[in-house]
Amino acid sequence: MATKKFMFLNRKAPYGTVYALESLEVVLIGAAFEQDVSLAFIGDGVYQIAKNQNTDGIGMKNFSPTYKALGDYEVTKLYVEKESLEARGLTLDDLMDLTWEDEDDDYAEKPSIRLVSAAELAAVFDEQDVVLSF
Amino acid sequence: MPIEVNGKSFETDEEGYLVNLGEWEPDCATVMAAAEDQELTENHWEVINFLREYYDEYQIAPAVRVLTKAIGKKLGKDKGNSKYLYELFPYGPGKQACKYAGLPKPTGCV
Amino acid sequence: MSTLHTVNKSPFERDSLSSCIRLAVKGSAILLIEDGVFGAMAGTDHSDMVQAAMKDASVYVLGPDLAARGMSEDRVIDGIQIIDYSGFVNLTAECNNVQSWL
Repeated sequence: MATKKFMFLNRKAPYGTVYALESLEVVLIGAAFEQDVSLAFIGDGVYQIAKNQNTDGIGMKNFSPTYKALGDYEVTKLYVEKESLEARGLTLDDLMDLTWEDEDDDYAEKPSIRLVSAAELAAVFDEQDVVLSF
Repeated sequence: MPIEVNGKSFETDEEGYLVNLGEWEPDCATVMAAAEDQELTENHWEVINFLREYYDEYQIAPAVRVLTKAIGKKLGKDKGNSKYLYELFPYGPGKQACKYAGLPKPTGCV
Repeated sequence: MSTLHTVNKSPFERDSLSSCIRLAVKGSAILLIEDGVFGAMAGTDHSDMVQAAMKDASVYVLGPDLAARGMSEDRVIDGIQIIDYSGFVNLTAECNNVQSWL
């Protein structure tokens, strides 16, 4: 089976709706099929990977630690749209430190998050075989 | 159906996974294994404890491929392969070991 | 107090917050909950709108929903009161009416 490029487009904040969690679960399932998977966070989707999430007070499961496992699943390209961060008064420092270990480089930890402009992200979309929007 | 461990009752789902993972205690694994005619050795516990630590950190039970790689990194190549893990857990290291560890079935595992 | 308005949608996604602000009468209370809490943050595209609304309405935000989303209380717009669930209950009791902007 030829490898296809799959892009998961995340557009919603976590907890208020189920989209973020559903997307993450599909990514983890899909990663088992060894495709070329990347994620994009635009709009309120950037909130999904915000630091310091603590759901103790709302009685829901905090699934933000699971984004840190994406590297283990060989999902190493997380595109974050600059314009979306800026509209929300956020910077990269407000996002979790998401990394992957490069086995071919003595397990060096490399950043997974790629901050891109809308124009750059559009070009990334254009390369995809399949874009799934959540 | 609930299982009985040390006189306490633990709720499980129809496939035998603990409903409340917070309730887990090591003897749950022993009882579940005994029901499947398995005796837990040091090697089993190594994997079970690894899974619990993984869940604690990432809030998921890892897929078999991920588990295999991660075990290899932590415990050495002779353990980080599917032959070794399937010998320990013949019903599948994901399914069976996660069940003993009190975790949900790995995401994407049918 | 007259009416308590609750807004549970992100201002970036829906117009519930702007509609609420436009239609709330002077002296109303506006409580931001769930994804609505993003409207309470300083330095966003909607902060000016919320700040302007605070001249006529008291604005509150639910702390547990901020924490869940990793939003720091330090970065909530000055003057917005951060309350917990019991504060929510008190507000509901103090107001004659509750209007939920779903």
